[in-house]
Amino acid sequence: MATRPRPLSPHLQVYRPMYTMVLSVTHRATGIALALGVVLLAGWLLALASGPAAYNRARELCGSPVGILVLAGFVLAFWYHFCNGLRHLNWDAGNGFEKAAARRSGAVVVIATLALTAATLLATLHFGGRP
Amino acid sequence: MSLKTPLGRVLGLGAAGGGAHHWRAQRLSAIALVPLGAWLVASLVTLPDRAYGTVHGWLAQPLHGLLMALLVVAAAHHAWLGVTVIIEDYVHTTTSKVAALLVAQFLYVVVGAGALFAVLKVALGGWA
Repeated sequence: MATRPRPLSPHLQVYRPMYTMVLSVTHRATGIALALGVVLLAGWLLALASGPAAYNRARELCGSPVGILVLAGFVLAFWYHFCNGLRHLNWDAGNGFEKAAARRSGAVVVIATLALTAATLLATLHFGGRP
Repeated sequence: MSLKTPLGRVLGLGAAGGGAHHWRAQRLSAIALVPLGAWLVASLVTLPDRAYGTVHGWLAQPLHGLLMALLVVAAAHHAWLGVTVIIEDYVHTTTSKVAALLVAQFLYVVVGAGALFAVLKVALGGWA
């Protein structure tokens, strides 16, 4: 009988990080961040429902340097999870499992994420700027 | 050839005693969140400003109120499903695992209900 605790799945620590694996881990990481974002979105909506005083406190928080950085991070995490989520749904439909196809779709996800994030941030500046 | 018992094959549940429903709900909420998420980002970005009156007036419109209500329900559900999988993968002690799963479930029921209540209050709050 082995007495030493064995590493349990998923065996992240025994693999050399690979491109597709890093993308997969990033999907989880952005998922955790966005799960926290849902909590913050609920807080923001409750502030809006509570009236101008509560809403303006939330708005001030969003407009602070840290707030802007966090919101920009959420935009990046959202578009990554959005694009890679579509990649997952395509896999669920049974397509694109081959190594070359999976690497290619991964590159598309990274490029689309960066483009959509840049477009969102530029559009925010264009339409009204600060939160 | 299958190693499953005839009863297990008929029930189709596997070792975990479940799974198909979780898998299905995660995909359904993901599909719902594709248009809803894109709508949320596009809406928040294109508002002329983020003053109380502007944002409140935007969410009080029936279409936007409905879409936000759908979004917070789908997002809270999807977040709970995802957090559940992560807890099941990384928390190995039964006590901690069950405790974390319970906290996650309560948290996302409260978050979903709270957000939905806020949207309804704004949307149905009258014309004052």
